[in-house]
Amino acid sequence: MEEKNLKLKLKIWRQKNSKSVGSFVDYDVQVSPDASFLEMLDELNNSLEANGEEPIHFESDCREGICGTCGLVINGHPHGPLQKIATCQLHMRNFKDGETLWVEPFRAKAFPVIKDLMVDRSGFDKILEAGGYVSVNTGGAPDANLIPIPKDIASEAFDAAACIGCGACVAACKNASAMLFTSAKVSQYALLPQGQQERYRRVQKMIAVMDELGFGSCTNTYACEAECPKGISVTNIARMNRDFASAKFKSKEEVEV
Amino acid sequence: MIKLESKIPEGHISEKWTNHKFNMKLVNPANKRKYTVIVVGTGLAGASAAATMGELGYNVLAFTYHDSARRAHSIAAQGGINASKNYQNDGDSTYRLFYDTVKGGDFRAREANVHRLAEVSGNIIDQCVAQGVPFAREYGGLLDNRSFGGAQVSRTFYARGQTGQQLLLGAFSALNRQVDKGTVKLFTRREMLDVVVIDGKAKGIVCRNLLTGEIEKYSAHAVCLATGGYANVYFLSTNAMNCNVTAAWRAHKRGALFANPCFTQIHPTCLPLHGESQSKLTLMSESLRNDGRVWVSKKKGDTRNPNDIPEEERDYYLERKYPSFGNLAPRDISSRSAKEVFDDGRGVKGGEAVYLDFKDAINRLGKKAIEERYGNLFEIYETITGENPYEVPMMIYPAPHYTMGGVWVDYNLMSTIPGLFVLGEANFSDHGANRLGASALMQGLADGYFVIPYTMGNYLASDKPSFEKTDHPEFEKVAIEVKELTNKLLSINGKRTVDDIHKQLGRIMWNKVGMARNEKGLREAITEIRELKDEFWKNVTIPGSGDDVNQTLERAGRLVDYFELGELMAKDALDRNESCGGHFREEYQFEDGEAKRDDENYTFVSAWEFAGDGKWNLHKEPLDFEYVKPAIRSYK
Repeated sequence: MEEKNLKLKLKIWRQKNSKSVGSFVDYDVQVSPDASFLEMLDELNNSLEANGEEPIHFESDCREGICGTCGLVINGHPHGPLQKIATCQLHMRNFKDGETLWVEPFRAKAFPVIKDLMVDRSGFDKILEAGGYVSVNTGGAPDANLIPIPKDIASEAFDAAACIGCGACVAACKNASAMLFTSAKVSQYALLPQGQQERYRRVQKMIAVMDELGFGSCTNTYACEAECPKGISVTNIARMNRDFASAKFKSKEEVEV
Repeated sequence: MIKLESKIPEGHISEKWTNHKFNMKLVNPANKRKYTVIVVGTGLAGASAAATMGELGYNVLAFTYHDSARRAHSIAAQGGINASKNYQNDGDSTYRLFYDTVKGGDFRAREANVHRLAEVSGNIIDQCVAQGVPFAREYGGLLDNRSFGGAQVSRTFYARGQTGQQLLLGAFSALNRQVDKGTVKLFTRREMLDVVVIDGKAKGIVCRNLLTGEIEKYSAHAVCLATGGYANVYFLSTNAMNCNVTAAWRAHKRGALFANPCFTQIHPTCLPLHGESQSKLTLMSESLRNDGRVWVSKKKGDTRNPNDIPEEERDYYLERKYPSFGNLAPRDISSRSAKEVFDDGRGVKGGEAVYLDFKDAINRLGKKAIEERYGNLFEIYETITGENPYEVPMMIYPAPHYTMGGVWVDYNLMSTIPGLFVLGEANFSDHGANRLGASALMQGLADGYFVIPYTMGNYLASDKPSFEKTDHPEFEKVAIEVKELTNKLLSINGKRTVDDIHKQLGRIMWNKVGMARNEKGLREAITEIRELKDEFWKNVTIPGSGDDVNQTLERAGRLVDYFELGELMAKDALDRNESCGGHFREEYQFEDGEAKRDDENYTFVSAWEFAGDGKWNLHKEPLDFEYVKPAIRSYK
């Protein structure tokens, strides 16, 4: 069924733990063009394990591009050379026989390496904990159709909500900024009627935590949008900036940050 | 001696839950913070349960093995969520959703649980909309619905093809709010490896910190498991790489009965295998069967390209066998039919695949219309396979997708270990022998948002469980056992890798405990699983240490439990001498190949009690069908 007729040279980042110094290690592989990139790494790991060697640690889960767990930088591109897919959706037929591939973890000050290609992205959750929600308790919600929302607005909110929290935007950005991630959540709620009550409080709190965690500033290079596997638009950043600027005037509440 | 008490409340089916809610005891608001509740798993059931109990004021400890609660596999559900809102004015009602679910489950679910599920379904939609979940809408701004298999009304709410993602992000946002408030303490990258039972009651858990390898102990007044299903026993399934049965299984070994393990759902429209390196199978939405026609060649081992096979040499087998439902026959029936043509040597080029062809639909409706309906799915298909489905028929094949079986729970979602509750796919209760599309999301959120918050309060108020500190000798004992298991795994130093052995187990399960089972195959499976398990303990290799991140060790620990679960699945399938829903025994079929249920002898839940390595005692919970009378499911 499959022919392993694709020969590649891999240069993979190996790093024992967060404190040690990492380096690229060479591996030669021969793989089926129908295999996915992560399956190629699975096979390589299987051969390492069979020799009693520690496998290359990388994270993945759904392997359908929706959970946001996976994320490698391949030849300088977060999630590899193709657009609008996560690493797990990249297949080997997109590479040429004899090619050399450089495989690295997402790199950002706020995403320290844990081991090999695994990084710590817990900063993202901290940003969401600061305000990425509508404050409603379970139980008291009115009938769903009492909150009508125009189709185009719902669709725009969905586009923002489609973020999978993978961190490619941060890895792509020369400033390691988390503006695209943060603005996607801010926008989802800013667009919807349900999000209006806390709109200005939310944006201030989330941005404060984002800054505190060491994510960089946005200098409008749009690298984040270009590498985002879900095509989240930078217009969300503009919307967030607008809300943040007007928050000072519109919000009477002093937001503690 | 374990006594199975389903604790179904008295009264008419439509009043049971209402009466029960009134009769249950309450915890005073000021006293709730004195109670600590552990929730393991942060998918739809776990995140919604943790958030809601946090809102109520309980002190909640939530655990996930992921780096973030948002990664749980509920995120990957595509199609939608059912609710009997009757927004379409097409005759839906609580009773109809209840009826469809009981029938769809092939009369092996508990009626009272299913009715409660239908009752709270509408509240789920209200709750999610209030949270800001961007469901699909009509131009008038109201919610849109679509129809799904096994129902004649449009009751499925959806958010493009990413409903699970949006619902989980909604529950995750509610969870984040409670984390920020301090009512929920979230522990990421922790894998639960055992439950601690003291004086017969669940008092806490033991976890491995996946970053440091440390074995950690956590105590609580009660424990909830919302740890998902076990389809990864097949190695290849539509489940995520890390989905596993370990938390549920270790609870089973501490005394929680495991129910109906042989009820597994094989989804008919998945992408076929590309080769040995395949790591998982990808689901293609069932909606494709609305316009795609399923066929194979009439000739065995036909190696021609599909477009070269003339019309008269094609067998549109679903249309031939089920003229009235055709390509839209239910999941279990479609899957089994695909297996039949493969067994007959007529799979695509002799392999495990059948065609799903859009040529006629494109000719009838135009390419543009098909693109509008399925463009996104066609793109996914092309990304994965490199073939263009507008020109070449898609290839599909069934794959393990969902498991109806799970930890036995009573009406309150409590297992046979008092204080241990089980929610979502991890329990067995609502789907019987077959789950309908768009009902998994409904059940996960029903359990978490609207059932456990009530039944947990009742347990705490009426049982008044004690709180044991983690220095209690039983915590120590369990922690030592967990450490010993880890050390034992690391000391084998054999030659075969974990994945290599898991793949072999998967093949045994797929071939003999898969879509169709027979007595001979099931007996062979049990022997082969035991042999493989022996080989594992002698010959597996797990490089690295236990004091560090070690993904191989994580997988090995999960595989240990799959051997035992796999054996019990085979044993359960062997014991159930009938065919129903996802469980098809070749010996029990009508002449035309349809499943033959045996209501007289098998209208019960098989609840298995662990009785030592390779031994189980069977307990039966009889099922009463007071409202929906069992009938043969016919789709001809």
